[in-house]
Amino acid sequence: MGKTVVQKILARASGRNEVEVGDVVEPRVDLAMSHENAALVINQFLEIYEGTGLEAELWDPDRVAIIFDHRVPAESSKTATNQKKIRDFVAAHRIRRFHDIRGDVGGICHQILPERGYVRPGAVVVGTDSHTTSHGALGAFAFGIGATEMASVWALGSVLNVQVPATLRVQVEGTFPEGVGPKDLILEVIGTLTAEGANFRVLEFHGETIRNMSTSGRLVLCNMSVEAGATAGIVPGDTETERYLREEAGVTDPITPVLPDDDAEYDSVVDINVSKLGPQIACPHTVDNVKPIDQVAGRSINQVVIGSCTNGRLDDLAVAAKIMKGQKVAANTRMLIFPASARIFQQALAKGYVKTFMEAGAVVMNSGCGPCLGIHEGALGDGEVALSTTNRNFKGRMGNPKSEVYLCSPAVAAASAVAGTITDPRGEH
Amino acid sequence: MATVVYEIGDDISTDVIYPGRYMATVLPTETPQFAFADDPVLNGKLTAGQVPPGGVIVAGSNFGCGSSREQAVSTLKGYDLVIVAKSVARIFLQNAINLGLGVVMCPTIEANEGDELEIGATEVINRTSAARFPIVPLPKSRQAIIDAGGLIAYTRQRLVAGR
Repeated sequence: MGKTVVQKILARASGRNEVEVGDVVEPRVDLAMSHENAALVINQFLEIYEGTGLEAELWDPDRVAIIFDHRVPAESSKTATNQKKIRDFVAAHRIRRFHDIRGDVGGICHQILPERGYVRPGAVVVGTDSHTTSHGALGAFAFGIGATEMASVWALGSVLNVQVPATLRVQVEGTFPEGVGPKDLILEVIGTLTAEGANFRVLEFHGETIRNMSTSGRLVLCNMSVEAGATAGIVPGDTETERYLREEAGVTDPITPVLPDDDAEYDSVVDINVSKLGPQIACPHTVDNVKPIDQVAGRSINQVVIGSCTNGRLDDLAVAAKIMKGQKVAANTRMLIFPASARIFQQALAKGYVKTFMEAGAVVMNSGCGPCLGIHEGALGDGEVALSTTNRNFKGRMGNPKSEVYLCSPAVAAASAVAGTITDPRGEH
Repeated sequence: MATVVYEIGDDISTDVIYPGRYMATVLPTETPQFAFADDPVLNGKLTAGQVPPGGVIVAGSNFGCGSSREQAVSTLKGYDLVIVAKSVARIFLQNAINLGLGVVMCPTIEANEGDELEIGATEVINRTSAARFPIVPLPKSRQAIIDAGGLIAYTRQRLVAGR
C-alpha cells in the first residue's frame, strides 16, 4: 500500500524504511521553535537535568529557533523579565535563530520561519504553539507541542513516542471568485469537518486550486488546520514551494519535496470546488460555527483587526489596501493592522499600503500577535464586537469574555471596516 | 470514588481554561489561581478551596481545544482535578500525560454534579445512577511516559541511560 506525506516524513526521520498508521516512532527533529513561552521551556529543561550530574545542553543549538511575538514590546515587567531570561539563555547556549523585538528581522514566528528559510519540505518541525501547523505549507510535518515536551526535545533532539497519524485528503478544484480566497476555503473546510473532525489526523491538501495557490495562501490553510483539530496540515512541496524558498527566503541548498504515493491510503477524502464559494464567517464562540456572509451581513462591529500568523502577509495587506484606498474607516469602528513580520511591514511601506491604511483612519501596529490572543493590546470592551482575520474566536479570546469575535478574510475585514458593519466585499452580487 | 464537582459543555478551549492574558505566569506553582478565570462560579469554588483533591470535572467533546499553552494543564493539575470528557483535543491530551493530569476519555459519559464516579481501567461507573460507560484507552505511545511518572522523569531516564 502506498504512503502519505506524513508517513514518508516520519519514516525518514525515524530511520525506518516505512511506517504504518498507528506505529509508534521517535522522529528526529529538524527545527524546534518557541516564542515567549521559552521561559517555561527553560524552566522544564533545567528541571530535567536536576540530580543527573549532567550539564544542561541543547542537543543542537542550530535547530532551535526562538521568536518574540506574543507580547511585543513587553506589556508588563513580568513579561520583560521573562524575555530578559530568554535572551540570557539564548546567549549562553549560542542559539543563532533568535528573533528579538526588532524592526528589521522581527515578526510573528509563523512568518519568520518561512521567510527566513528555516523550514524545508520533508522536515519535522515542532513548536510550542498550536499554529505550528502553518509550516506544512512548505511540505514539512509541523505540529504543536507543550513546553515540557519541547524541553524534552531540547535535551534529546527527538519527539518521544509519536503515533503515526492517519491522513485526510482535502481535494480542492476550481478558481476562486473575486473577493474570495484561501481564508474562506479553510473556514468552509472547518465548518464541514467541525472543530474536532480531524483530531489526531493530518489534512493533506491537493488539487488545481492548491497548485495555483501562493505559499502565502497555503500558510493560511495549514495554519488553521488545527482549528479542525488536525495534528498538522500539509501541502506537498512543488514548484511554488521551490520558488518561494529560492526567491523569497533566499535558500540556496538542495530542496527535495516529499510527495505521497498515488495509491496512498487516506482515512477519507473531502472534495471541494471553490468556483462558487462565497465569503465565509466564523461566528462566536467556536471556529467551526461557520456561516455564509449573507447570514451575518449588517452586524455592527466596533473593532476590525487585520493581521496575525493567519492573514497578516503582504497579499492580505494588498487586498485590504485596494478596498480601502480613498475610503475611511466608519465613525464608530476602529481598525488595527498588524503586518506579520518587520519585512512585510517594510514591503507594505514601500508599496504605499501603510499610507493608504493610515489615511483611511486605521492604526498600523508593530508586527506581533497583537490582540489575537487577548494579551496586551486591542482588548475589547464589554458587549463589543470584533471582526478579525485571525484564527480563533473562543470566548474571551480578545481579552474579554463579555465580547464577541467574528473571523473572516482580509477582503471582508476591509470592506466591513469602511461600512462599520459586516459587509460582503463583492458588493451587490 | 470521586465526586463530580462541575459539569461543562463541548469545545471548552484553553482560552476558557486559562485565559491568554495570564500567560506571562510561567511557573506551574503560580498558575492555579487562574483556572477558569472567566467562569466566576467554577473559579470561585476552586480558589475558595471548596473542591477536594481528586474532584472530577465532567466535560463534553473536544475538551482543551486551541492553544498549546501548558498552563491550561498545570492550572488544573494544581487542584489535583480529574477530567472525564467525551473527547479531548490532541495537544491538551499530550500535555496532560506529560504533566500527570488525570484525563479520562469517556465518549458516552453521563453524570451530574454531586454524582459519585468509580474510574476504572476500562470503564467509568456512575455509582449514583448505577450506569457504566466505557473508556477510550490512552494512545499506547504515551504509556511509557505515564509509567515513568511524567515526561520530565522519562526524559531524565533516557538522558542518564544514554550517557
